Amino acid sequence: MGLTVFAFYVFACVAVASGLLVVLARNPVHSVLWLILTFFSAAGMMVLMGAEFVAMLLIIVYVGAVMVLFLFVVMMLDVDFAELKRGLAEYLPVGALVGLVLVIELMLVFGYWIFADAAPQAREAVMPAPADVPNTHALGQIIYDQYILVFQLSGLILLVAMIGAIVLTLRHRTDVKRQDILAQIYRERAVDLKDVEPGQGV
Amino acid sequence: MLAAAAATVSEGPARMVVGGIGLEGYLTVAAILFVIGIFGIFVNRRNVIIILMSIELMLLAVNINLVAFSAHLGDLVGQVFTLFVLTVAAAEAAIGLAILVCFFRNRGTISVEDVNMMKG
Repeated sequence: MGLTVFAFYVFACVAVASGLLVVLARNPVHSVLWLILTFFSAAGMMVLMGAEFVAMLLIIVYVGAVMVLFLFVVMMLDVDFAELKRGLAEYLPVGALVGLVLVIELMLVFGYWIFADAAPQAREAVMPAPADVPNTHALGQIIYDQYILVFQLSGLILLVAMIGAIVLTLRHRTDVKRQDILAQIYRERAVDLKDVEPGQGV
Repeated sequence: MLAAAAATVSEGPARMVVGGIGLEGYLTVAAILFVIGIFGIFVNRRNVIIILMSIELMLLAVNINLVAFSAHLGDLVGQVFTLFVLTVAAAEAAIGLAILVCFFRNRGTISVEDVNMMKG
């Protein structure tokens, strides 16, 4: 068994097991941590497939930003998570049934499928051999050339998401005292001039 | 049938082997992760945070599929698309969590069953 095959099985097993634990963990903080492990093993599988850039993106952007955001929100909300977990046994049969049906359907698809005849010829951007150009280099050439408009639009989506998140969570609290510098400056008689006689004091 | 598919593809210059494992291995893992995501939505009916995480899991499965086909067909566009899926998923997570924080401030709970303010 080659090293890559062994690595694939390790990554696959870890991904599936931690994926299950995401769903079944009692504590949402643990769920987030299991999800991070799932993303790491998925990134490992992507490295095995030769997609280093997407793998690093998954770790840096997803684990580094989105999962930390999740962790932050989970820790910030003061919720009784045990109460939310109450209906698990009640919903488990339905969920298991739906999952089973979906797995069977997907296995049926895997059991009989072929590529369309034109699929290999219809490829848009042929992947260069790793010796010629690194994966990141090739991706950059495609993104900034063919897909520049979509790339800019995705930046726009992120901008809209940022503004939306700020607008949704911004609130002006009235029960907090804040410093109002202008009011302080314009205060009446903030500075009082006194005519002090020499030798007498105030 | 899989052998036939492999024969069809190997005529082109596409790289057949995806890290020593056939395409099916990666597709199977992605399918299992996707089903786990759906299962999670069904099981954690009350907890919005876990539902959001299940959606992330499903998007991850889709990304694995895209990268696997990209590597198998030797077509880089799959990886470009993965990038955009990641972007949209990040935006979705940010907005979803913002809505969640907003909802928690108003109601003091995140149970999905309590989301009925607009029912009238």
